[in-house]
Amino acid sequence: MDAGLIAPFVSSIQHVFSTMFQLPVDVGQPAIKEGSKCTHDVSGIIGMSGEFTGTVVLSMPADTATSIVALFTGEPADVDSADFADAVGEIINMVCGNAKAAFQRKNVSISCPSVVVGKGHRVNSQSDIPCVLIPCNTDCGEVVLEVAIRPVAVESAAA
Amino acid sequence: MRIMLIDDSKTMRNIQKSVLKQLGYTEIEEACDGQDALSKVGAFQPELCLVDWNMPNMDGLSFVKAFRQQNKTTPLIMVTTEAEKSRVIEAIKAGVNNYVVKPFTPDLLSERITETLAKCGVKA
Repeated sequence: MDAGLIAPFVSSIQHVFSTMFQLPVDVGQPAIKEGSKCTHDVSGIIGMSGEFTGTVVLSMPADTATSIVALFTGEPADVDSADFADAVGEIINMVCGNAKAAFQRKNVSISCPSVVVGKGHRVNSQSDIPCVLIPCNTDCGEVVLEVAIRPVAVESAAA
Repeated sequence: MRIMLIDDSKTMRNIQKSVLKQLGYTEIEEACDGQDALSKVGAFQPELCLVDWNMPNMDGLSFVKAFRQQNKTTPLIMVTTEAEKSRVIEAIKAGVNNYVVKPFTPDLLSERITETLAKCGVKA
């Protein structure tokens, strides 16, 4: 995958976490993901379509997600609650929305977010799109951004 | 002042509500998408709306277009992750008075609300 597609997501997660949670993000070395099992127990998922297609997943251990959600909302939320899912969904929404702004002059849309909670769950993306894992360390623990997107020919995107 | 918050995320509505309360606004109605908002504007008669863009059922841009058919003056602020210039222009053409990109700080949202009300000649 083109490194230029990853950089906007790195900048975006740092921007979102520092602005909304005052949480610095230390980004590690990206790597290609093997298999479809999510890295951690909580996943916020967004689909991208238009001149880029694919999925972006924010994967977090439940403890880390709970701490981040508490920073975001100002109060603790149970991982099984609707409020928890809503907050995780809004986080991945902001990360993808800001990243796609870096694809200026490209017609790209993002889906409404979905959130999955559970040990060992899988998120399958298109098999022809490699998924890049971006490990991010924060004071609340590690989160991983899983980016599996690719450009689409303009004629196909318009169809 | 009557303010309507239109966002499918309860978390985001709560954050905006807390900023509005700090500014002294307490008469707040919430809607979870454009359709829900259109069904409430008649009874609530908002004097300011904060509208998200990406929402299920009816998105914020469709809401703005529909709302502007019936109301040309109530200030509308788009609060969204859609940060591209083309999107901002599209929203302004549809009738939005100001634009806030998520993520935002409480100070930035406060500034934009105050600025919008002043620009639209609405007494805060």
